[in-house]
Amino acid sequence: MTKYILQRILLMLMTLLIITCMCFILIRMLPLPELPIGDPRSVVIEKQREAFGYNKPYLVQFGIFLKNVFTKFNWGISDKLYFGQNVADIFVQKLPATIIVNLYSIILSIPLGIMLGIFAALKKNTWIDHTISTLTMVVISVPSFVYAFLIQYILCFKLGWFPLLMNSGTNYFSWDMFLSMVPAVLSLSFGVIAGFTRTTRAELTEVLTSEFMLLARTKGLTRRQATIRHALKNCMVVILPSIFGEFIGIMGGSLIIERIFSIPGVGALYLNSINAPDYNMFLLITVFYCVIGLLASIIVDISYGFIDPRIRMGSRK
Amino acid sequence: MNQTYDNIPQEKFEFAQLNDTLHDKKLETKSRGYFADALIRFKKNKSSIVAAYIILFLVLFAIFAPIISPYSVYDTDTTYQKFAPFVESIANKGWGFLDGSKTLSSQSENQIKFYEGIAEETGKNPIIKIDYENPKITTTIIRGKKVQIKSYPININSYYAVGVVFKNISYEEFAKIQEFQNISGLQVLYPYTEKSSIYEGMDPAKYKDIPDNSNVWYVCSDTKGTPKLDSNGNFIPAYSTDAKKAGPAEYATYTSQRIAGDDGSYIYSWGKSGSLSVRVEYYNYYQYMQWAKTGTYHPPLYMFGTSENGTDLFCAIGAGARFSLIFALLVSVINLTIGAIYGAIQGYYGGYVDLAMDRVTDILSEVPFVVVTTLFQLHLAQRVGSVVSFLFAFVLTGWIGMAALTRKQFYRFKSQEFVYAAKTLGASDWRLMFKHIFPNSLGTIVTSCALVIPSVISSETSLTYLGIVNLKSFAGTSIGALLSEGQTAITSAPHAMLFPSLFISLLLISFNLFGNGLRDAFNPTTRGMED
Repeated sequence: MTKYILQRILLMLMTLLIITCMCFILIRMLPLPELPIGDPRSVVIEKQREAFGYNKPYLVQFGIFLKNVFTKFNWGISDKLYFGQNVADIFVQKLPATIIVNLYSIILSIPLGIMLGIFAALKKNTWIDHTISTLTMVVISVPSFVYAFLIQYILCFKLGWFPLLMNSGTNYFSWDMFLSMVPAVLSLSFGVIAGFTRTTRAELTEVLTSEFMLLARTKGLTRRQATIRHALKNCMVVILPSIFGEFIGIMGGSLIIERIFSIPGVGALYLNSINAPDYNMFLLITVFYCVIGLLASIIVDISYGFIDPRIRMGSRK
Repeated sequence: MNQTYDNIPQEKFEFAQLNDTLHDKKLETKSRGYFADALIRFKKNKSSIVAAYIILFLVLFAIFAPIISPYSVYDTDTTYQKFAPFVESIANKGWGFLDGSKTLSSQSENQIKFYEGIAEETGKNPIIKIDYENPKITTTIIRGKKVQIKSYPININSYYAVGVVFKNISYEEFAKIQEFQNISGLQVLYPYTEKSSIYEGMDPAKYKDIPDNSNVWYVCSDTKGTPKLDSNGNFIPAYSTDAKKAGPAEYATYTSQRIAGDDGSYIYSWGKSGSLSVRVEYYNYYQYMQWAKTGTYHPPLYMFGTSENGTDLFCAIGAGARFSLIFALLVSVINLTIGAIYGAIQGYYGGYVDLAMDRVTDILSEVPFVVVTTLFQLHLAQRVGSVVSFLFAFVLTGWIGMAALTRKQFYRFKSQEFVYAAKTLGASDWRLMFKHIFPNSLGTIVTSCALVIPSVISSETSLTYLGIVNLKSFAGTSIGALLSEGQTAITSAPHAMLFPSLFISLLLISFNLFGNGLRDAFNPTTRGMED
């Protein structure tokens, strides 16, 4: 198992390095934004660019970049968006908004999704199951900005329960702030709820028809006992890893929802960095998105091994 | 036993069973092929059939909407922006829809009078409904006295409420509008008004700074625009009759039809240096502009309302959808081809080839899609255009799912007897791959195509919505761009968001339903389960 994990991590690092290198070179190939003449900070940025080796071959630049990132966590200086400020600092400031909104959303949606899924599976082929399954299908198909539109129009504008946009500022735990996050949290939740409902329902219906369930019933367990002790445990093998994946994924956030509700998070920063253009910021967030994706997939894979004894045994062979 | 059988005489041959009866019977039922079978099972799935019809309808909409609509995607209007759906013939029937309705909260009686003024002058009543039941009462103190002011929520027709506007036009255009009036009988030009007669009897210093309001054509009793009514409760017109101010006599002659109540003394223009200022009724002026451009004219016809820059949404959604569908189809065809070939090679050869090719897909699939699109846009959009670079972005990572699917199918089929048989007969690798194995995995591939299309449409809409990709110059618009325009005015013009999102939701839901139906129909493991 340890060997497998090490292997996966090494492979992941290699993939990350290759992707970063590709993105780095592609971004460095773009023409640099002009610096305002006369601004004293322009001189500093000019010096910085020189230190980062902007006129050396790309691979040398990449080496300097890696060295700076690993030794000083220096991702360069913003030359457009936050003129003269350190890119990594800005990024760290923006991270909490994204994480908090997404965290609320998964805290709300994962239990709800799993519960709906269990409910649908237990009532299989009744009208309850059909309603839940149809709704799940609809919610999964419809893109998130459509619910965001409905929520913003009905809950925020017509009923006036919540503000239209998220409050600015960094006071994330005040009541006002929480209230202004609710529309975004709800819009994010729909998709996650539907996803978990679908997975849980599919897994549980399969487990419920398997032979060990019949055995559990024959040995005298009630349907409830059998479901909780045997069926749910088995279907968690699939659901738990995706919960872990979801928790990693929350850092990435959603570009669309962040834009609609003007959440001052990473997604908004990404879009701004493209439009500015601010390439150092863009590179940092690009690498960040890659890391999130890779981490999520590796954690899902490894957690399968930890949760399911059958898979663990298989890997030892 | 070394006998050679080169030459066996004919008479030595005899029939094995000439008089015996054969005991195995010919099959009486008709045999069904794979696809026929899938079709039968697909037809049993009611929701997929409905979805297929909805898709058909939406595709027809995408094809015909831009043709039916009297406007093109590039037609814009400076006044009719973010206006609600409107069709004149239905609006005049008062059915409560397609009437360009807009709700204004708390309008004072004075403001209501203003709309009545528009109704009287133009003959088109902008007021649809005044909610006298729920007045909003505010108390203010005027000159030491407490005064209750009532205001009402009202529904107005935004198209009629534009009323009359000021326009600066050239002498030629003045003549041309008159020509149009004579042909159509529509009153475009309205008599000019004069401040001195609107604020009759007041000190000029008092009204000097009040901006001209083109829709105030009546005598007012104060500077707030309260109309002064005559003994019958009618407005008193404040039209100018000073012919000297109408502009140079040789250019500004007005010979066309006059409004009711005009004895020939009202002037229809106001001379400016080198041009004329006129009051035109926008609704009819709009028709004049069309006549000037195309030679035909008709009242505004916006079945889905107008967008932020005055484009007909009906046409824009059609054009955007047309692009989305063609683009999605193109992307899925390219991706399926690349994915199938890649997956076929991977699955057929296996071993190190498979391993090496797998690493490539591993790396490519880990690059976030939004990053790929952005980089392609930044690098290639200038050189090959945004659509082509967008296509490249989809193709770069889009085929991976397809390749994985084909690879799996190849692993399943490549060691089956019929493949060995073909190999023994000397078939080449290529022939084995695409003549013998590939047709077996066709069902899965066709099915996944039906599910690739909605996912492409969905990502395309998201990216154009975010503004990462701008298709304006190529397709005129896209559903994503329309949604993002609608988003900015969500409170004042919800229709601009509603129609595009309705369309995209319907399209994606039905494509997914249809795709799921296809998948179930082609899935051999579910065969016979529903019988």
